[in-house]
Order: sequence, then C-alpha cells, then structure tokens
Amino acid sequence: MSQIDLITRRKFLGGLFSAGAFVLGARLLPLNALAATAGTGSGVDSAAWHPSVYLGIETDGTVIVIAHRSEMGTGIRTGLPTIVADELDADWSKVKVEQALGDTKYGSQDTDGSCSIRDFGDAMRDAGATARLMMERAAAAKWGVSADECKAQNHFVVHAASNRKLGYGELATLAAQQPVPKKEELKYKQASEYRYIGKDFPTVDRDDICSGRGTFGIDARMPGMVYASIERSPVLGGKMKSFDDQETKKVAGVQQTVVIPGFKPPHAFQALGGVAVIATNTWSAMKGREALKVEWESSDHASYESAAYKKSLLETVQKPQKAARNIGDVDAEFAKGGKTHEAVYYVPHLSHAPMEPPAAVVEFKDGKAICWAATQNPQAVQDTVAAAVGINKKDVECHVTLLGGGFGRKSKPDYVAEAAILSKAIGKPVKVSWSREDDIRFDYYHTVSAMYVKAALDDKGKPTAWLQRCAFPSMMSTFSAAATSASGGELGMGWTNLPFDIPNHRAENGPAEHHLRLGWLRSVANIQHAFAIHSFVDELAHLANRDSVEYLLDVLGQPRKIDLGSRSPLAAKYPLDTGRLKNVIELAAEKSGWAKKKPSKGHALAIAAHWSFLTYVAAVVEVEVDDNGKVKIPRVDIAVDAGRIISPDRVRSQFEGASVFGTGIAMMNEITASGGAIQQSNFHDYQVARMNEAPVQTQVHLVASDAPPAGVGEPGVPPMAPAICNAIFAATGKRIRDLPVKKQLA
Amino acid sequence: MPAMTININGKDRTVDVSPDMPLLWVLRDTLEMTGTKFGCGMGLCGACTVHLNGAAVRSCQTAIKNAVGKKVVTIEGLSAKSDHPVQVCWRQGNVPQCGYCQSGQIMAAAALLTQKPKPTDADIDQAMRGNICRCGTYQRIRQAIKQASEMKVKQVAEVKR
Repeated sequence: MSQIDLITRRKFLGGLFSAGAFVLGARLLPLNALAATAGTGSGVDSAAWHPSVYLGIETDGTVIVIAHRSEMGTGIRTGLPTIVADELDADWSKVKVEQALGDTKYGSQDTDGSCSIRDFGDAMRDAGATARLMMERAAAAKWGVSADECKAQNHFVVHAASNRKLGYGELATLAAQQPVPKKEELKYKQASEYRYIGKDFPTVDRDDICSGRGTFGIDARMPGMVYASIERSPVLGGKMKSFDDQETKKVAGVQQTVVIPGFKPPHAFQALGGVAVIATNTWSAMKGREALKVEWESSDHASYESAAYKKSLLETVQKPQKAARNIGDVDAEFAKGGKTHEAVYYVPHLSHAPMEPPAAVVEFKDGKAICWAATQNPQAVQDTVAAAVGINKKDVECHVTLLGGGFGRKSKPDYVAEAAILSKAIGKPVKVSWSREDDIRFDYYHTVSAMYVKAALDDKGKPTAWLQRCAFPSMMSTFSAAATSASGGELGMGWTNLPFDIPNHRAENGPAEHHLRLGWLRSVANIQHAFAIHSFVDELAHLANRDSVEYLLDVLGQPRKIDLGSRSPLAAKYPLDTGRLKNVIELAAEKSGWAKKKPSKGHALAIAAHWSFLTYVAAVVEVEVDDNGKVKIPRVDIAVDAGRIISPDRVRSQFEGASVFGTGIAMMNEITASGGAIQQSNFHDYQVARMNEAPVQTQVHLVASDAPPAGVGEPGVPPMAPAICNAIFAATGKRIRDLPVKKQLA
Repeated sequence: MPAMTININGKDRTVDVSPDMPLLWVLRDTLEMTGTKFGCGMGLCGACTVHLNGAAVRSCQTAIKNAVGKKVVTIEGLSAKSDHPVQVCWRQGNVPQCGYCQSGQIMAAAALLTQKPKPTDADIDQAMRGNICRCGTYQRIRQAIKQASEMKVKQVAEVKR
C-alpha cells in the first residue's frame, strides 16, 4: 500500500530536480500500519513522512525516476521505473533513472530477499497513476474543459474534441499546483494497455556495460585518492601481535602503513582490523602487502577444522533435537515398525565470489564521510561508517555504484568501513579494493550444514511419517555471538514449510557453534533445506519404483493452501498454495519432454520443486555422465510461477543465471577451514561453474499469473542441486548426499 | 624508472611506472581507463581480457614492459561507436546481468571470431571457459557469439562483393 504526496521541499532531494519540476513521492505504508492510517487522507504526520519512490517531471519533459534499490544484475534499476513510466504513459526515451543516495527517507534500500518489485511495485504504480491524473487535470484546467475529456498519451495530454495537446514538460508546473488525488480517484491501466510492463526491452545500463562505460565500485575515483590493500588475521578474531613494514616501505609507490584496530564482538559489519598498505596505485599496495610481515595472536576460532566439524554436525542431526514444526505423531508412526528409509545430507560452506571483489572509495573530511561503494545496502553503509569513524549517520553520504555481482555479500559494508577508517587516519580519499584472495578468505560465508531425514512408508511407498533434522551455525551469529541455533527466519526457508501432504511430520533443529563470519548467500538456507528434502523425496520415489514426477505430485497431495501458523500480512497475501507448485511441476515435466525421455546408462532427467521467496519453481535437469564420472548438463527446464511479471526477459535471465549458480553449488563450490583459516584463495581452488561446466541451455517457462508479484532473483537456485544429484542417481545409480559432487563419481 | 610508450586503442601513451606493473593496473589506475576489470589477479577469470597485437591476453598477467611496442586494444577501443558485431549482438541478446565480467567476455569473444570466424560449440567452450560469469550469462554469450559470427561473415562477404 502506498500514499502519494507532492514534494515542495526540494532541498530534501539534494538538487536533483529544478525549481519548476513537478515532483511526487510515494510513501510505502507498512502493511501493518494500514489500519492506523486508513481514511486519514494526507493527514499523516509530515515529520515522519518517508517516501520510498520519487518521480519528477521537468519542464523540458524529462521524467526522472529515482532508483533507490541497488543494481547487481537483476535489472531492478530498469524494472521499477518501468512500472512508473507505463502507468504515467511516459515516452521511455524521455525517462531518466537517477540512483539514490543512501537515506532512510526512501524506506528500505537493502536490496536482498528478492523483494524489490514485491515491496515497491505498487508504490511505483500509484506514483505513475497519480502523476498522470494530475497532468490530465492540469491540462483540463488550462483548457477549461472537463478532465474526463483529457487523456494522457505517450508524454502528452490530449483533448480529442478540440484537437489540442500539451506535452508533459509544458504541464509540469501546472500539474504541481493540482491537489494530489485520493487513491480511490486513481484509474489504473488495464493490462492490455501496458506499453512497457510485460514487454522485453533493454535495461538502462546495458549499453554502458557493452562499451565498458559502466561504473562499478572498483571504478570510483576521487581527486587525490590513494589505494589500500589490507592484511587481516587469517583466523576470525585473531589480534595483531606485531608487524614489520620495513620491506613494504621499499616497494615503489608505497606511501605508508596504517593499523586498523580489530572489531569488538559481535563482528556484525565492522572492519575486521589489520594492517593497511597505502600506495599510489592498487598494484603497489598489493606488492607492498606481500612484503609485510605480521604476527597474529591465536583466537578461540583457531580450533575450527572442517572435517571434524562435519563429523560433529552429522552426529548432531542423528540425535533428537528441538522441534520447530510438529504435526501428528511421527514417533508413534515409526514405533509401528513398518518400512522406513533414512538419509543424511551435507552442504559445505560457500563463498559468494562476486566477479567484482568488495571495493569502495571514501573521503573523510571536516567530520563528514563521502562514500562511493558497490553496496546492496547504502543505509547500512551509513550506520557502519558512522560508527567506525565516530560521526553521525546523517554525515555519511553514500553513493551507490553498479555492483559487479552481489549475491548477498555486498549487503555487508565492512569494506566501506575500512576505507572510512583509513581516510580519517591519513586525511586523503582512500580506495579499498579487495583482492580475490581477500574475497575468498574473508567472506560472510554461507553456513555449513547437515540434514537428517527419515520417513515411514506405506505399501505404495508413500510417507506416513516424515522426520527431518538440521543443524548449522546461524548467520545470526554475525549479530549475536550467543546465537547457537537457527533463527525462525532461516528455518522458514524451506524447513518449517514442507508442502507435502503427510499426516505425521516433525521438523527439528539442533545447535551449532559458528567459527566464521556467516551471512546470506543467494537463496540462503533454502540451499541446504531444498537439497535434503528434494533429494530424499526422490530417493523415496526410486525405492517405491515409481516415476519421480508422479510420486512427487502424489506426495504433494490435493491442491490446498497450507497454514504455516504465521499471522503476518505477508503470509496472508502470499499463502503457500500447493496447487501452484503442482502446476509448475507439471509444466516443467511437460516442457522437458519428461514422459518420452526414459533414463539410460549415463543419461537421465530428474526433477526438484521448491517454493521460496514466495515463488513456485520446478526444475527438470538432464545430465550425461561419462565413464570417467564427468558430468555434462545439456538442458535444464525451469518452470516458474512468480505472480505478475514486469520484465519477462530479466526474469528469464535470473533463472538462467540461477541454473548456473546452482550448478556451481551442486558440482564444485566448497569452502573449508583448517586451524580456523580458510583453505581456498582464488578460482583455482574455489571453483565456480565455467561455460563448459554450466548447463548448455536453460529453458525458462513463465506461468502467466495475476497473483501479486513474488521474488525472482533467488528462487531459481534451491531446486538446482537436488535436481542435478537426482539426475546423477538416475543416470548412474550413485546417490550424492554430500555436496559438492566434485570427484565423487570418478 | 624509464618512461615507456605503449600503443593503446591506436594512441601512443607514455607511462612512468615500474616495468613489472601489470598492464591491467596501468590501464585502470595510471591511465584511468576502467573498462578493463580486475577479477582475480592470477589469470583465472578473464575479467581483465584485452587484445595484445590482436590476441586475447589477461592484462593482469601481462607486465607493462611486455606491451611496449605492441598494440593494445581495450573494450574502450574495440570499436568507434560500440558497433563491433560482438557488441551489437551482446546488446541484441541482452546478455549482461551485473555486467562486470562482460568487458572481458566481449574482448575474448571478439578475439575468438578473428581467429575462427565460424566457431563450433567446442571452439566457443575452449575460448570462453577462461572467462567466469557468476551471474551465469553463458548461454546468452554463446548465442551472441554465434550471431556475431553470422554478422561478421555477412559483412566480409559484402565487402568482397
């Protein structure tokens, strides 16, 4: 829900618009605030007024839309403005997208959770419809005719009866004098009238990218800027004992070294601490750092050994743990002594490894910090930098560049804090660019996890009881060292919302200590949960000697909406509807040619279907496994029901990308630690999917839907790993329960 | 340190840096040409791909002293109006997502088409496997290379006629 207001306090927007421009702000009302404000019109306390969307029309006709979310490849800088432009009936060639600074006035700018269209689409639509109506009314007033006779058409308002028309630029100043219409006065376009929504057209950044002109965080510059490379403790929380920079200072271009103090737990988004080498260019800073000798004290986390930790996690999940969801009585069903099946699964730590390693430029001057950063969350930059250099949040100005990949890593602005601390220390603008080694060794990793699943089976092989247990260190440990079990948010990602129709079901979670900085990575806990659940259901299908798709649909049961016990408005708006999941399973099966393609030695199809970020996804993966165990994925068919879709091409591209990202997780991504230190460092030992390893083609099949828009950036990832491993089983008889597949088939 | 002259995008540029400094950092930090990207510093990801005398090289692994007297072409100089067939087809196919690796992908693809005007799928795999894209745009890259190949072949045929 949103509310529109006219903006007259221009300074509020930092001089982006000229004096004559017509500027609207759309305030997003939190769903739960609706009751309190309904019917109050514009009587909302203006001091607390926080528009999330800004739309301005200049007197030359330029329509400016402020993009307050970060662009990391999803196309959101284009997607949200598309909605405004369409509802406004603007000429797209006259639409200019301006990136917002970090500022609480925009509402949430934290671009993660696959929610930008979901959370801001309606506000964009209202802003466009409001501006259009005000334009029509302004023209009507000028011509002395009824507003009903005036119609907006492609950047003009037209009065057909008298054959007159006025451009949006000519009307801007007059429109600004119109009262803001009430929401019930707005007339939205019909879907058939859309010119941009639902159509394929380029993103606003495409041409710059194809000519090398796109500006990413690592490309930002400030006059007088110096470059920093930072040596950090290999073990989390290790304090510096001593350092020797004699050789460092001999490196040409090196200017000085600066100590960054260690963080105070919990680490959150603070700078890790270390020794920074400051130089006249990136290469000298890196060379100087190679020559640096630093001794680190040990820390409690130096005991972290991935092999031993895996063993303990596997033990944890084979013992009873705390129930997070409980239906019927699984114990009573197991006690009957019928047929059962059980399995244990494991997913290692993963690193985001965006192609652009973390990078930021900060100038600290006169008590203010000006930041240019590749960040998913500019307001977190403001908070983090303010705390790091002891200034007020409002004195931190955060400019958001294009992000060279994010995947969740760039929600955590520790690297911006580093640049701010260094700039304050040396009195010059500082660029911090992480090396790939820094990126792989000091990530906020995807957690490490073990999952146990046990089912009691009837004579058709269908589960009558289903017990599942998981254990993994929580990413909440980043914010509270006391967090030793998974949060409800993590368990809500595919663990406590099993969509199957099974009378007895219990989902449990066990404790696990963290030893690394942990964070959210594209699709988060859905990764491990989906891997275990959709591998296991495929195991049951094979045990029952039944077709996997037919079996899956049987276990899913009759179409119904599942009550997950949440009373949140979001849950009410987006119930888990198994009918929609069934539909995508059937669609993926049909499009992949499932019924005709029977498995043969070394060649098979398999399926997995998962609901995440409120979107229904089914993936059918085709694999070929040769005699040496080499896996090739000729084709993936992904069926998607994400509700209403704004930019079909960008939605398809997200699922094409998720297919590759998920293949990396299944086949080769793996972070391990020994002595508390990460053992991988670059793309030779932290392998990611390359062109020759990625699915050759991913066909994305979008379900036409009028349901509210849901997520698309992440939900393609979870079904990939189980679908790939299910296909490997069908092709080879080898069941992969520990990721990644790597050399297990050799 | 002696000043060195290298030819970049058709222009001689003189730089006064360590002869061992990788071309990547000379481009990015000294000459402020940031179209060429840093990805790994080890020649493992291809983000820094440029042309050296027409061949695709990893600029992070090319010391500036080894570029002296040779012709360097970067994404900024691949074409005058961003109209190299590879760039045209990249745009047509809406290849980029985040876009960070795409300079390197485009440079690698352009070099491939110079060497092999009609590459097979295996040729494309071989030439492009060194260029990582974490967004996963590979299938569109493959498609765009095939379309650019057709476009180039057509252009050559027209010139010959």
